[in-house]
Amino acid sequence: MKNSFRLRRSLLYVPGNMPSMLQNIPIFESDAVMIDLEDAVPYSEKDAARTLVQSFLNTCQDRNKEIFVRINSLKTDWWQQDLQAILPARPDGVRLPEADSPEYVEHLDTVLTEFEEELGIEIGHFKILPSIETAEGVINCIKTARSSSRLIGLAFGAEDYTASLEIERTKTGEELFAARTRVVWACKSAGIQAIDTIFSDVSDMEALRRETTLIKTLGFSGKSLVNPRQIEVVHEVFAPKQEEIDYALQVIEAIQKAREMGTGVISLGGKMVDAPVVKRAVKILKTAQAHGLIDMQLDEEVIYGHK
Amino acid sequence: MKIVRKAQAGTMQSSDLMVFLEPAPQLRVEIDSTVKKQFEHLIRRQVEAVLDRLSITSGVIRISDRGALDYAIAARLETGLFRACADQKESL
Repeated sequence: MKNSFRLRRSLLYVPGNMPSMLQNIPIFESDAVMIDLEDAVPYSEKDAARTLVQSFLNTCQDRNKEIFVRINSLKTDWWQQDLQAILPARPDGVRLPEADSPEYVEHLDTVLTEFEEELGIEIGHFKILPSIETAEGVINCIKTARSSSRLIGLAFGAEDYTASLEIERTKTGEELFAARTRVVWACKSAGIQAIDTIFSDVSDMEALRRETTLIKTLGFSGKSLVNPRQIEVVHEVFAPKQEEIDYALQVIEAIQKAREMGTGVISLGGKMVDAPVVKRAVKILKTAQAHGLIDMQLDEEVIYGHK
Repeated sequence: MKIVRKAQAGTMQSSDLMVFLEPAPQLRVEIDSTVKKQFEHLIRRQVEAVLDRLSITSGVIRISDRGALDYAIAARLETGLFRACADQKESL
């Protein structure tokens, strides 16, 4: 599983036609940004946004976070011009809207390879983050998750998804449960990250916190954001709690003791500790490490013991 | 490239600029800016670099700047020029 411990808790959308937002990219504290050439740009300004983003990326030397560009859907006439403009400026990857079936990702993968050959960039440099945002996309997402080695994850898009179902999106999100779960299955089985949808009410931080807690529980590892003010809440929710870290450390200690005694299972505070529990504990400790909360060595030996 | 029709590009948001172009026998660049006093010479230098790169030798170019950085000035001017010279874009 490559990129498995690259933190992508917060992926912030930045409108592609707004210099005031673009030039703040280096100071946003999100793990990644997604510069938007799609929905944030009116039809009449597609050419202007493309040129602006290209010009910005060419001068943006301070790449302190991953930069993705959301191109226009492969169903439009614009996506090829989008790629032509932005790929020479070497973004980290492309967010692909309306990835309704694996064929869209496979097509983009082929085109990205052609660009890499032409530009003399290492094959596989450009990553892909497909948006799963229609009923069809949700149905096909299990195959889509395995459609390219460039995938870092799948990104669920609830606004378009609810539109495709002709239903309202609620703040509590009951209507999204089945789709979110399916996207998480698809991602986990393919070993890629599950990224949740945006939360559009920028003034309601409590509802954002509730939603982020919910999607973390479901298995998502990050969330798309529409406003930099949302970053802090999302990072807080994704940071492991001190009691989780303490418990994970106890688990590691217990399992090491168990192995010394020649067994792979031991009781800790009345609960059984075996391999899956250890795996979860290691995941928490690696996340804590990525947040700078602990400093320790974590390797295969900790998880599985000596060969 | 040659400016063959009226065109404009950009927005009036802060850190952005508007570029207005129209055909004319001679080249003329007019600059208005919220930071004109300090930066007019730098804006002009950036505009001239783009005009030079795209071989523009005639037309009126009016810039209304709201504190844009160099990359935005270059991008907006290029967009305006592509729109004003749309016929020849393919030959670039």
